[in-house]
Amino acid sequence: MEHADFALLLGLVPLFPLLGFLFNGLVGRRVPLALSGGVATLAIGASFVSSVLLFFRLTELEPAARHIVIDYGPWLHVGGLSLDWTLQLDPLSMLFALFVSGVATLIHLYSVGYMGDEPSYARYFAYLNLFCFSMLMLVLGGNYLVMFLGWEGVGLCSYLLIGFWFGDMEKAIAGKKAFVVNRIGDFGFLVAMFLMYAHFGSLEYGPLFAQFAGIPSGDWLPTAIALFLFIGATGKSAQIPLYVWLPDAMAGPTPVSALIHAATMVTAGVYMIARSHVIYTLAPTALAVVAVVGALTALFAATMGLAQNDIKKVLAYSTVSQLGYMFLGMGVGAYTAGLFHVVTHAFFKALLFLGSGAVIHAMHHVYHEVHDHSRDAQDMRNMGGLKKHLPITYWTFAVGTIAIAGFPPLSGFFSKDEILWKTWESGHAGLWVIGFLAAGLTSFYMFRLFFMTFHGSYRGKSGEEGHFKENPLTMTLPLMVLAVLAAIAGFWGLPHFLDFAHIGNRFDEFLAPVFHSGSDLHLRHMTAHHANVAMEWLLAGCSVAIAIVGLVLARRFYLQDTSLPGKIASRWSTLYRYVYNKWYVDELYETLVIRPMGAICDFLWKYFDMLVIDGLVNGLAQTCAAAGSGIRRLQGGSVAGYLTTMAVGAAALIGWVFYF
Amino acid sequence: MEFLLPVLTFFPLLAALVLLLIPARAEGTLKNAALLLGLVEFALSIPLFTGFAPAVAGMQFLVDLDWIPLWGVSFKMGVDGISLFLVLLTTFLLPLTILGTWNAVEHKVKGYLILFFLLTTGMIGVFVSLDLFLFYVFWEITLIPMYFLIGIWGGPRRIYAAVKFFLFTMAGSVLMLIAILFVYWTTSVDGHHTFDLLLILEHFRASGSTQTWLFAAFALAFAIKVPMFPLHTWLPDAHVEAPTGGSVILAGVLLKMGTYGFLRFAMPMFPAGLKALLPLLIALCVIGILYGAWLSIAQSDVKKLVAYSSVSHLGFVMLGLFALTPEGVTGGILQMINHGISTGALFLAVGVIYERRHTRKIADFGGLAKVMPVYAVILSIVCLSSIGLPGTNGFTGEFLILLGAFKTQPWAAGISATGVIFAAVYILWMYQRVMFGPVTHEVNEKLKDLSAREFIVFLPLLVLIFWIGVYPDPFLERIGPAVEQILSTIRTS
Repeated sequence: MEHADFALLLGLVPLFPLLGFLFNGLVGRRVPLALSGGVATLAIGASFVSSVLLFFRLTELEPAARHIVIDYGPWLHVGGLSLDWTLQLDPLSMLFALFVSGVATLIHLYSVGYMGDEPSYARYFAYLNLFCFSMLMLVLGGNYLVMFLGWEGVGLCSYLLIGFWFGDMEKAIAGKKAFVVNRIGDFGFLVAMFLMYAHFGSLEYGPLFAQFAGIPSGDWLPTAIALFLFIGATGKSAQIPLYVWLPDAMAGPTPVSALIHAATMVTAGVYMIARSHVIYTLAPTALAVVAVVGALTALFAATMGLAQNDIKKVLAYSTVSQLGYMFLGMGVGAYTAGLFHVVTHAFFKALLFLGSGAVIHAMHHVYHEVHDHSRDAQDMRNMGGLKKHLPITYWTFAVGTIAIAGFPPLSGFFSKDEILWKTWESGHAGLWVIGFLAAGLTSFYMFRLFFMTFHGSYRGKSGEEGHFKENPLTMTLPLMVLAVLAAIAGFWGLPHFLDFAHIGNRFDEFLAPVFHSGSDLHLRHMTAHHANVAMEWLLAGCSVAIAIVGLVLARRFYLQDTSLPGKIASRWSTLYRYVYNKWYVDELYETLVIRPMGAICDFLWKYFDMLVIDGLVNGLAQTCAAAGSGIRRLQGGSVAGYLTTMAVGAAALIGWVFYF
Repeated sequence: MEFLLPVLTFFPLLAALVLLLIPARAEGTLKNAALLLGLVEFALSIPLFTGFAPAVAGMQFLVDLDWIPLWGVSFKMGVDGISLFLVLLTTFLLPLTILGTWNAVEHKVKGYLILFFLLTTGMIGVFVSLDLFLFYVFWEITLIPMYFLIGIWGGPRRIYAAVKFFLFTMAGSVLMLIAILFVYWTTSVDGHHTFDLLLILEHFRASGSTQTWLFAAFALAFAIKVPMFPLHTWLPDAHVEAPTGGSVILAGVLLKMGTYGFLRFAMPMFPAGLKALLPLLIALCVIGILYGAWLSIAQSDVKKLVAYSSVSHLGFVMLGLFALTPEGVTGGILQMINHGISTGALFLAVGVIYERRHTRKIADFGGLAKVMPVYAVILSIVCLSSIGLPGTNGFTGEFLILLGAFKTQPWAAGISATGVIFAAVYILWMYQRVMFGPVTHEVNEKLKDLSAREFIVFLPLLVLIFWIGVYPDPFLERIGPAVEQILSTIRTS
């Protein structure tokens, strides 16, 4: 039947990058650089093409029929457990497959130029392809175990790529931190799977979710499962309290930050909640937790982004904050709104990271030309006025900045505003205020970054400026493509109050079959227009207003009166110190968790294991030995004596055997 | 085919005799002969896999001969899904270890190799014996070669470690012997006493408290071997002092004699005893999992770290067995194999750098990934399998264990699942300190990457790591029926 050709195409999506990984992993070191990077880029490009073909095939089907599960063979079959290598194609997995493979293709292309001087070129592309394979398995998997394979796989690649320059111990440590913190989350994911299997006997999405039908809302079981899954999400998607690994993850090459730590992997938690929406919908408490954690993360991370000087660190905290928005959307039950922000964020944040990479690359180039490697090429205090030297980077970066800051009609405005509107509409006014404030901070720190980097005058040494040159086309082309996407993607999910041409929210419609059953689908169309349009206009106006406030303040602080930030920092020095040091959260974890844990391990080993347990063992042995030396007199060393004893013993034994 | 099991058991003994005839000076000949004989042994074991009927739950390749009929002692051997892969693991690791430690032993090579083969006879004998007397003989036989392997070819504290290993195991075995004799005297089939396990399972009956005592006696012997917390302190010493080959076999196979013993003998023979002691045993598993992981974090010696990690991993295996669910027990058995592969590979990997630098202190390394890139890749794969990354063997085993344990012991399984976090901590931290950063010691700058020989040793291990990780079906379908059978024995008694 028709699914047979879906099977091939669907299988190819993750298979291409897997083959690319094998190629670069096994022979990459022995082939020319162009071949190594070329194969990797082609592999993920082919995966994107397959995804696009699948998209057309999928949309040919009736909306209700857009749900295809294909079994590629057995994985774990034991007792009542049967878990297969299944992939599932539906609008949700389709959406992720499309933007993951699409953005990844652009970033591979960008990497060809960016990593051009890197000796471990093939290793880099091998990891990048392996990441794509894992990420695509994560989103395409037809059961939780395949998702978990992808889940841990992307974690591994993240670890490998953060610590890509492992000769630098700090980078290796950052990689390990990411892996371990993610493992804390994975523990939650595991327990959630155990709970599901113990109570429903399956981990396959279809049969599993069907069994939730009879469970009342608020029951402990979906609540527990949802909360444990969310522990996993806080790890992978860098939410409070497990966000601490993401800022350190900036140690990796910048394209990696763009792909893994901004556009794709970190949104896996959002995907997981969307995939498990049947469970979350039955767990209002868990949803509330998700919403609160998301909102708090959005605000908290935004404050940390205010005072960073490393261009990538600002973007890292920004990512944590934006992910918070996505979870806020999921938590108030606005699944499609959260997912819409995943997509627009993928475009504008990938764009911003690649843009920052272009800046860093250019700075490195200048430092290289003037033979000065003492300065930090990522420190914005060394930049300024780059607008005229890097025009393409500048304009594309401007698009990204305006998009994330929430100015219409760029994509970020639509998706963020929808989340905030849905938050308000669902009665969470408090959370709306938090999200609103975070929006203002976002606008401020982004324009701070933008002005410090591109405007004003260059803060490096005089005479260096002549060495700047715009990056090669492999790097600028992805910037331009992403800039276009970041600008226009918002129209895919147009909110109805702005839908003057009655195009409809195409994004919502596309995902509708995932979140609504057949009868529901029609009902939605009827009720969609009853919302409070005036309120929506008002709130959208507020969002834009606070974005403008952020912009104006940033302009005042970092362009017009650059002595102001210093004054403010000394005026409120304690507050500034806390913000600058990211509220000392890392130090707190170090003191409360890591060091005590290390001390306990050490204590257990040196005192409990070696002194108590082994002491008892050796003490027992010595007691026996002491007793033995008393008995030793029986052992005269005479062979005849032994033989006699043996004979007597044997006789006694035989006699005993026969007697009984 | 009919006498495959006795052949597999005693061919290594024959091989040892052959080696005995080769002069000790001819080290090259000795090694080549040993490798060849090891490969023959492995080749002989292949029909065991191909001829094994997957769907059959009972014993296959059964051999039942009279040995000492007067005492009811028979020469009875057989394999089912539980022992099949343990035998294969033993024959698989034998040539691999010989090749892997080709240059590791610098004196008395002949004795070293002979002891390896003797040990193999003992281990296979343990896994295929279906007669308690025969089992006990093989059980004790394994002690002696390992004692000498540690005591002669070991490190500076080898005598202490060897004696500790020996006494610990002996202490447990003595109680087991008494329990075996008790079972023998109380089981009567047609007026005859018997050591035959299958007959005992059918006919042995005892009250709950008697069963508890008997189970405890067996359990002590096996728990020492596993080793379960708090009976584990011999293991780090034995591993640290043992030569690489000894460690590989010790961790790879010898420890499984304990886990296997529980499943084959103690649990089905005394189910009431098992049930009485289950809460205690589960608690010890959970403690062992976490305690082993925590102590691994504290180690500064790579071998000691791997030794303590074994305590943790074997805790998982035992948790799976005590889960008494098909998923848990099957996972436990699979994890025995996985631990043999992964930890065997880890010890071989430690051996690689030990041979180059004659130290196992983590602090003596650093930055090796730059100097030994191929080794870095292989070690990383082995490490990932050890921390149970999905797609590797370690995951399938651990996942099944926890999944199965969660059904009957949700709290224990939930707490144990935090072990996956600590495993990542100690393994990745070790890897980081050994492989990453700048090269901190000048001597390490010129270390040679893996030789062709070393690479060949790791290759089959890597294949198995991914095979069991991605397509464990050929293993699971053979293990499954035997597990169902043993669980029904435990349940119905």
